[in-house]
Amino acid sequence: MTVKPAQSDLLYTEEEEALRSAVRSLLADRCDAAGVLARTESEHPHDRDLWKALAEGMGLAGLLVPETHGGQGATHREAAVVLEELGRAVAPVPFLTSAVIATETLLACPGEEAADLLAALASGRTVGGLAVPFANAPGPVRTPVRYSGGALRGEVAGVADAAVADILLVPTAEGLFAVDTGRDGVTVTPQTSLDRTRPLAAVTFDGAPARRLAARAGTPVRTGLRAGAGLLASEQLGIAEWCLAETVRHTKERHQFNRPVGSFQALKHRLAKLWLDVVNTRAVARHAADALATGSDEPNLAAALAQAHASPVAVRAAEEALQLHGGIGMTWEHPVHLYLKRAKADSIGLGTAGQHKEALAELVALPSP
Amino acid sequence: MTAAETTAAELRRRTRDLLAAHPVATTGHTAFLGARFDAGLAWVHYPEGLGGLGAPRSLQAVVDAELAAAGAPDNDPRRIGIGLGMAAPTVLAFGTDEQKRRLLRPLWIGEEVWCQLFSEPGAGSDLAALSTRAVRDGDDWVVDGQKVWTSSAHTARWGILIARTDPEVPKHRGITYFVCDMTAPGVEVRPLRQITGEAEFNEVFLTGVRIPDTRRLGGVGDGWKVAQTTLMNERVAIGGMRVPREGGMIAPVARAWRERPDLRTHDLHQRLLTLWVEAEAARLTGERLRQQLAAGEPGPEGSGMKLGFARLNQEISGLEVELLGEEGLLYDDWTMRRPDLVDFTGREAGYRYLRAKGNSIEGGTSEVLLNIVAERVLGLPQEPRTDKDVAWKDLAR
Repeated sequence: MTVKPAQSDLLYTEEEEALRSAVRSLLADRCDAAGVLARTESEHPHDRDLWKALAEGMGLAGLLVPETHGGQGATHREAAVVLEELGRAVAPVPFLTSAVIATETLLACPGEEAADLLAALASGRTVGGLAVPFANAPGPVRTPVRYSGGALRGEVAGVADAAVADILLVPTAEGLFAVDTGRDGVTVTPQTSLDRTRPLAAVTFDGAPARRLAARAGTPVRTGLRAGAGLLASEQLGIAEWCLAETVRHTKERHQFNRPVGSFQALKHRLAKLWLDVVNTRAVARHAADALATGSDEPNLAAALAQAHASPVAVRAAEEALQLHGGIGMTWEHPVHLYLKRAKADSIGLGTAGQHKEALAELVALPSP
Repeated sequence: MTAAETTAAELRRRTRDLLAAHPVATTGHTAFLGARFDAGLAWVHYPEGLGGLGAPRSLQAVVDAELAAAGAPDNDPRRIGIGLGMAAPTVLAFGTDEQKRRLLRPLWIGEEVWCQLFSEPGAGSDLAALSTRAVRDGDDWVVDGQKVWTSSAHTARWGILIARTDPEVPKHRGITYFVCDMTAPGVEVRPLRQITGEAEFNEVFLTGVRIPDTRRLGGVGDGWKVAQTTLMNERVAIGGMRVPREGGMIAPVARAWRERPDLRTHDLHQRLLTLWVEAEAARLTGERLRQQLAAGEPGPEGSGMKLGFARLNQEISGLEVELLGEEGLLYDDWTMRRPDLVDFTGREAGYRYLRAKGNSIEGGTSEVLLNIVAERVLGLPQEPRTDKDVAWKDLAR
């Protein structure tokens, strides 16, 4: 008998479907496209009330945190389902950055300090963030921030959701540190971002007091970014699903030449191909979530595969949605541009498809020339 | 214990009884398969007396695992795929008791090979436009016409045939479904050579072939409905097997990349990685479909599997020929042969490249499958039709 590696479970459990329904129904009530669009032009693009309902009300902030630390003791599989729904709604909440990346980074840190922060993040009342550029792929982080004399100095730009973070986890050559963003010596400056539903900010540390979480930042940061990359594929799946569903709906209703435009084979074939891409994206996203949750497959490989596949699909879905909506797709008023901007930003966030393919080349022994 | 567990235990017991009564070491190949059929362990979801026990289809794996562990012979499903995958479910659904008793046992044992007489030179994607005629003459039908792309016709004993019995009504309504004896006078099978050099398919000429009315499947004029069962089962047959990572067409090109550093270029590397990712994604989709079927929740994903594999097989094999460079300019063998089996991933890169071109044509062209996905899965409207309410004889040809 040969021993085969365990096959990941690629389906959704009943509990996962129930969680999806609950999140979807809350988002249907509280996160419509017009509201998201209006919010992107306000001073506070993040929806703190929605976050409170999701994070505290439904307990989603603590999904990945063990019950002993005040969390739900759930897994990446459930977090992935939440991200599918948040992607479908382009919801402006810091779930990926706080409840996945910062949480997963803290889970890889030993000691009391990290445990206390985990409990705070799990409660949903404290928002966490990892102070690295959103574009950083899982792997080495080069940051100019330095630690000396109990304080941090330096600047990191392009940090997603930093404007709403209460705590930032800051990797430096001297270790990984936690900083309260409310303290003196920390300045968070919003940047004009392509995706205003997940806005970026520059963070400046000028003698900010910091607590050390780990002597070496490498492993916790890589673990956090890997979980973020693997689960980002589920958000991208949600984006692509919304784009496909809305475009199918539109092309069934929109009439030109005395027939629904969706009856033209040229459009039907494009949408059928997009459906195929979405089906494949679901498989790689479920695989990555399951691999992260159970270690059933090599999680590095599963996360890289998911990103290499899902990034271009989400972008293509949004671009097809815009084109097949015709003129209305080009308007500010129609929500498709929110999805295009999120999809394009996600295709760079946590590493491009090309960077993930380079990682795969090493993992599956297909070396470059 | 749940009912399913009881049945699994029961099937295990029956399988062990079969192995005890017919030891693999001393029982002939065909005799063992016959005994297995008679014990209801051939396809457990079929009815009793017809090779099954009326058990859930998912429990077949229990029997197969026991028999494989005992080293029992199988019925070489690749050789009799059309019989198992297409003819049998249609005979089961529409056959008379007499037809089922006569046809299913030799089909499953592999004593009688089946072929499919559907496509015609003038009726490919538009299969319902077929023009092979069947005219009633006493207790027989007399069939004249030409079929094409018929694999296994030269080894087949039976063919599932659809023919036009009423040209006066719209095309979908004037078709009848028959079981054609391939040894009958007037059946002529000619090899049809393909771009690979082989003749994996045939053309079949039917000239005054007499088929007794007792070999009709379903009602006169109901042939299109019966054929839907055949075609649906053709697509269900995909997706049942678990494929390992790098299990398909990507395997030889990945091997060549690893073993031949001299062939590597940056451009090929980027394209190889992209295709590797797509192949792995398609494999996981197949695995997901398999898990859905096992859980009794078949999804629409199956409709797309063949589309994806056709494109990937073509792109991957094309990349492989290019990777081989100077060697890609050579071909292993153009000799005309008539193989018993179809092997998409066999032989050399050049053969794989050429054979894969058929993947987007056979079993429904990719263009037709995209229409099916668009209409049946996404619910998009049909193109306006000009052929629906016109008598077949008045259609443009």
